[in-house]
Amino acid sequence: MLRTPRGPAEALRGVSLALERGSTLGLIGESGCGKSITALALMGLLPEGAQVSGSIKLDGRELIGAPEDDWCQLRGNRLAMIFQEPMTALNPLHTIGRQIGESLRLHKGMDARAARAEALRLLERVQLPQAAQRLDAHPHQLSGGQRQRVVIAIALACGPDVLIADEPTTALDVTIQREVLALIGQLVAEDGMALLLISHDLGVMAESVQRMLVMYGGTVVESGPTASVFERLAHPYTRGLFAARPRLGLPRGTRLATIRGRVPELVDMPAGCPFADRCDLAQAACSSAMPEPHAVATDHAARCIRLDAVAAMPTGPGR
Amino acid sequence: MNLLLEVRNLVRHYRLPRERLLSPAPVVTALQGVSFALQAGRSLGVVGESGSGKSTLARLVMALEAPTAGQVLMGGRDLHALSAGDLKRARADFQMVFQDPFGSLDPRQTVERIVTEPLIAQGETGAPARRERAASMLESVGLRPADLAKYPHEFSGGQRQRIAIARALVTGPKLIVADEPVSALDVSVQAQVLNLMQDLQDRLGVTYLFISHDLAVVDLVCDEVLVLYQGRVVEQGSPDVLFNAAAHPYTRALIDAVPRARPGSARALAGVVPLLAAPGGCPFAPRCAFRQADCLQQAPALRALADGHLAACHHAEQVRSHDIPIRETEE
Repeated sequence: MLRTPRGPAEALRGVSLALERGSTLGLIGESGCGKSITALALMGLLPEGAQVSGSIKLDGRELIGAPEDDWCQLRGNRLAMIFQEPMTALNPLHTIGRQIGESLRLHKGMDARAARAEALRLLERVQLPQAAQRLDAHPHQLSGGQRQRVVIAIALACGPDVLIADEPTTALDVTIQREVLALIGQLVAEDGMALLLISHDLGVMAESVQRMLVMYGGTVVESGPTASVFERLAHPYTRGLFAARPRLGLPRGTRLATIRGRVPELVDMPAGCPFADRCDLAQAACSSAMPEPHAVATDHAARCIRLDAVAAMPTGPGR
Repeated sequence: MNLLLEVRNLVRHYRLPRERLLSPAPVVTALQGVSFALQAGRSLGVVGESGSGKSTLARLVMALEAPTAGQVLMGGRDLHALSAGDLKRARADFQMVFQDPFGSLDPRQTVERIVTEPLIAQGETGAPARRERAASMLESVGLRPADLAKYPHEFSGGQRQRIAIARALVTGPKLIVADEPVSALDVSVQAQVLNLMQDLQDRLGVTYLFISHDLAVVDLVCDEVLVLYQGRVVEQGSPDVLFNAAAHPYTRALIDAVPRARPGSARALAGVVPLLAAPGGCPFAPRCAFRQADCLQQAPALRALADGHLAACHHAEQVRSHDIPIRETEE
């Protein structure tokens, strides 16, 4: 529950997820669906006045209601985050060596010399060219892709157990995006961290994660192994998202499938299925109560009471 | 065919702040001799990475700044040679849609004021006539005339971009320069705006200069595509030719980098050892997977490979015949 100028808003409703060591999980959805709020909740960074119910456990330890001091011990240490904008995630006044060393000095008690040596090792690990010279560079001297590598080095500094990447490549060119995603994938595999990757791009999901959650209106509408989700597109929203995406190879002038209407506002979220207003298959029952997750395959579920009707629908153009 | 826009040998330098007191200020060349022609009623896409010169090209075509060299001919007249008064009147013929629908609309103005502003600038008198025109524009972009009295914050991102399109169309322009018009929008909204832009072209016959980093969007909307790299056109052709038989290694790299919505499709990165660009050599050689010895010695010129298909690569024929799977869609 968030405080907003227009009254309390239930930004997340019954979101559950589990991350195992070495596993990769994707979170996909459009703006306002609750992706970033989920990430902030996991990092203990929700805005002041936010009320959280439920449970967040790290290695069996309950984090909800934990004092801020405990969160400070975890953030940057066992929980790390890569932000979307490498421009604003870095402090323009400090050298990148100092910014990488900050969490090492804070959490690992390293002195300046040890932190600097470790920062150099991290920069080499994220494959920043000429790492040794770059330790004393300021962020403005680096390109966007290089800055994102620095942000990744900061996140990795203390060897986190959980890495949350919130749209890590949205601000980057496609060619750089490839390199950064490949780097994150490689680092996660080497260190055995758990990765939560947040993106709005189905292509990024398909190439980067083992399991994915589709979010809409503050809830997870579909979850399952990536291959299974892409094969079934069980929830009408997942299907709409897939069909609306322009793809290489569509004939010139093809009309894209659209999802009518718009994302519901957080402050007046419907009681039932949040997608019901925009869904062609909606029935009266859809609006009365939030559908429970129904299994569609092994380990794959969707919050929809009309799964059979969805499965019978033809898929979008060019699929 | 009716030629609407012709760009000849456009060059634009930017002078950077000098780093030392006595040394000359460094110069960045954002565009290095770009030429193309655009027929009325067609769409030309411009793709490339950040820093490739896409937005500079848009600003020069819109006469928002002057080129260092070269010409922009709109209906045969060189925009940068017109007097200030003539240029102002000529602006009715070309309008722009910007990327960020939150930054490009003044939050303190009503939609009516925003949409009628180009008419006011053109000296069109009579508020009732202007309001009527704005109302009909709003209807043609799928909004209601009642929305005229509202403010931008009352609209979603997609609706704001519709307002921006209505503003661009209100003077009845022949050319719309759209700089990343859908990249700030969510996927489902992006589809609505792309469909709208195509409908408007069918109905009004407007011409688009469509700048985007998203190859799939350009493929969908455009009749012809320019690929820019470091301020030069490295390949030009119809999307069909370009995306099925790309002849420049850079175009290939761009296509290859697009994530496909198919699980398990992650491909290995082409292992290219980066080099420093050799002066006089091909500017793409340092990143090129097809690099040969001659690429470091001589810069390739843009040359025709087939009717309407141009590429600036010494080895374009080999690159083109090299088969890579591009299409995501299966027949």
